[in-house]
Amino acid sequence: MKDDIILTMRGICKSFPGVRALNNVDFTLRRGKIHALMGENGAGKSTLIKVLTGVYSMDGGEIRIEGHDSPIIIRSPQEAQNYGISTVYQEISLCPNLTVAENLYIGRDTSSTVDWKTREKKAGELLEGLGIPARPRQQLGSISLAVQQMVAIARAVDTDCKVLILDEPTSSLDDNEVEMLFRLMRDLKTRGVGIVFVTHFLEQVYEVSDQITVLRNGELVGEYEVDKLPQVELVSKMIGKTLDELSTIKNKKAPSGEAEVLYEAEELSSTESKKFDFHIDKGEVNGFTGLLGSGRSESVRAIFGADQVTGGIIRIHGKKVQITKPIDAMKNGIGYLPEDRKRDGIIADLSVRDNIILALQVLRGMGHPISRQNADAFADEYIKALNIKTASRETPVGSLSGGNQQKVILARWLLTHPEYLILDEPTRGIDVGTKAEIQRLVLKLAEEGVSVTFISSEIEEMLRTCSRLIVMRDRNIVGELTGADLTQERVMSTIVGRGDDHE
Amino acid sequence: MDEKGLDISRRHREPITDTQLLLTITICIFVCMYVAAILIWGGGFKKPQMLFDILNDNAYLVIISCGLTIVMITGSIDISVAGVTALVAMTGVMILNGSMPFFSVLQASLGLADSSRIVFAALMALLIGLLFGLVQGYLIAYLEIQPFIITLAGMFFARGMITILSVDPQKAPQALLDILQKRIEINWLGSPNKNGVIIPARMEVGVVIAILIVILVFCMLRKMRIGRSFYAVGGNRQSALMLGLNVRKTRFMAHLFCGILSGIAGFVFMMHTGAGNATNATAGEMNAIASSIIGGTLLTGGVGNVIGTFFGVLTLSTIKAIVTTSGLRDPWWQSITTGAMLCLFILLQSVILMRRHRNKH
Repeated sequence: MKDDIILTMRGICKSFPGVRALNNVDFTLRRGKIHALMGENGAGKSTLIKVLTGVYSMDGGEIRIEGHDSPIIIRSPQEAQNYGISTVYQEISLCPNLTVAENLYIGRDTSSTVDWKTREKKAGELLEGLGIPARPRQQLGSISLAVQQMVAIARAVDTDCKVLILDEPTSSLDDNEVEMLFRLMRDLKTRGVGIVFVTHFLEQVYEVSDQITVLRNGELVGEYEVDKLPQVELVSKMIGKTLDELSTIKNKKAPSGEAEVLYEAEELSSTESKKFDFHIDKGEVNGFTGLLGSGRSESVRAIFGADQVTGGIIRIHGKKVQITKPIDAMKNGIGYLPEDRKRDGIIADLSVRDNIILALQVLRGMGHPISRQNADAFADEYIKALNIKTASRETPVGSLSGGNQQKVILARWLLTHPEYLILDEPTRGIDVGTKAEIQRLVLKLAEEGVSVTFISSEIEEMLRTCSRLIVMRDRNIVGELTGADLTQERVMSTIVGRGDDHE
Repeated sequence: MDEKGLDISRRHREPITDTQLLLTITICIFVCMYVAAILIWGGGFKKPQMLFDILNDNAYLVIISCGLTIVMITGSIDISVAGVTALVAMTGVMILNGSMPFFSVLQASLGLADSSRIVFAALMALLIGLLFGLVQGYLIAYLEIQPFIITLAGMFFARGMITILSVDPQKAPQALLDILQKRIEINWLGSPNKNGVIIPARMEVGVVIAILIVILVFCMLRKMRIGRSFYAVGGNRQSALMLGLNVRKTRFMAHLFCGILSGIAGFVFMMHTGAGNATNATAGEMNAIASSIIGGTLLTGGVGNVIGTFFGVLTLSTIKAIVTTSGLRDPWWQSITTGAMLCLFILLQSVILMRRHRNKH
């Protein structure tokens, strides 16, 4: 059996300043097997892949590959390729303006002229051999993303790779395209290629993989055979039970059914999300849950108009309104704390004060500037109210800690006195103390009559704060849990699809 | 011409690429415009000589536009091209009329005839172009400085150098000009003058050089590995790197080619005008950019074709000729029309590309 192993990684460690990204992780890949690498965001999947492809150098551990007696050191993606390790990234790294044939061979040939005839003939044979529905002369940009991805795989295969890494290959593909990709993956299996399949779609893992390695917080949870690991167990291994001292916080309020419906959407859809119905009562806290990529962020982004809205009817206080861009949502009293704080939230170089007054200023319009005196007063008020730890209101927000940056964005929205606040992962990457503060604040806001939609990767946190949970899987709402159903077990079984059985 | 486009796609059994599509549009527009000019304004446009005049006047523009097309395909830009052209023209004229002591001494010590100065001027043209290409290419590709800024500096430098060489306009001696300005006479394309005598169509040597360059660059872009690398780098620089291309070297080579072509353009310009002047080829870089864009080269890189660029130059010059012929002799009418046409072209291109890419999804 030992001969079947083509790649082993032992005791891999990698640290970044302040973070231990990988701690003593093992990974083994066998010939002709598809090995899924699973874990929530920040678990260390991509770090492990980047160590393997030479993008990062490792701090400790060893990598062995078949055909080399001693451990190998990989310094660059090019070297990885020379060892037979090829990667196909989620973002396709081919040139859209060239033909399929060119994309297969460019950068690999040695002669200084291009023989189009032979090249196209060879490309045709390669594509046909792998059953890829692309023609050599097609412009790459004119074919679907799925086929582009398969062309990238064909290029990797043609370079005689032993290890093929597919990094989130299915995240932008539809069901048929995923099926096409899987057929190709199974075909490569029979050719003896070992495939590392990084994804967060559970069902896809069970469809094609042979083994699963689960990582959590940079540590190895374990390696399992697919048929011996039920989905529910996999989810609990990925998420882990995070015991913390926050159990005192609890949303006691149950949805009474009498409260006024504040926001209601029918068949809302955006370029990023499928159609869904959604409503929230005045003073309710509800949440979207599901694994990463299940569409929970995309749904709230559609509500706020952050992605291009493609359809749907929206009512606020029963009155039909149109929300197609963030400013519409803001004018209707909706606030949105985005998932990616650095990219969509803070403006790092502006001061705490300027970041706080930003949304209010936009609402008032550029013709009605907030006076310096008022701005200072607002900033001081919220720095105190939210206990923001900053040297002064003039400090650039980029120099604050993550938790305090998050509070600044919260302050920004609270200042606009929203009726409905959407918080997308407000507690990610911040310390436990601030987490508790934010959760308490959410409940306090709800008591004051503000509706809140809360998204978090930590289920326990959601169970504590939300009175209703909307469960999503593969971009569809698959269940709604309230009252007694709000338990970790029920949430997990709904995520993997077992909850439907007895409903 | 429209049918030709369809024909191509049928033979290949592939939808035509963006490059081919834009090229077809350009050629169609040029042909339609020229036919319209013949039908509406007649006169000069009926004679083939009109087309040759356009070519004679703009041979240098064809050459610098070819260089610029290469650079634009890699997603870069070079606005020093016309400055280099003018600098080369001035240097060349001064070598010819003997006001560059170094070359006069060299010629005397070697005991060569006056006509050898033409060879010196040609060599200097290549050398100046090469130097600009080397320095600008190195700064842009290896030190990764913004191409716009570097070549803006290059433009100022070249224009300044012209004034250092000579504040006053310089003129090449007539004897040498007679050699340089020898025209190729094409009898069968001639047309009768007022007295009914057939005057043959006249074409300058520079036009031949320009057309040769168009063909050479076309072959390089199509057939050579370096040419394909230009497209790859312009299409997606990150991807090109991942595909194993030497992105820096590719960008460097593009600017090197562009520099050398600007040098050649300068020599051709000198052959045409026979004079050196600080205002030579003014706004040539802008005309070259406009021609490339009309020819279907995208400023964003990755798409473009020198055949298109060639027709781009013709289109642009024909617009100017039409404006002049239709009686609007004031120079601003040319500018206004050129601006409007450029706007229209870009609008047309983006609308077509947008529709095309929307259909895909």
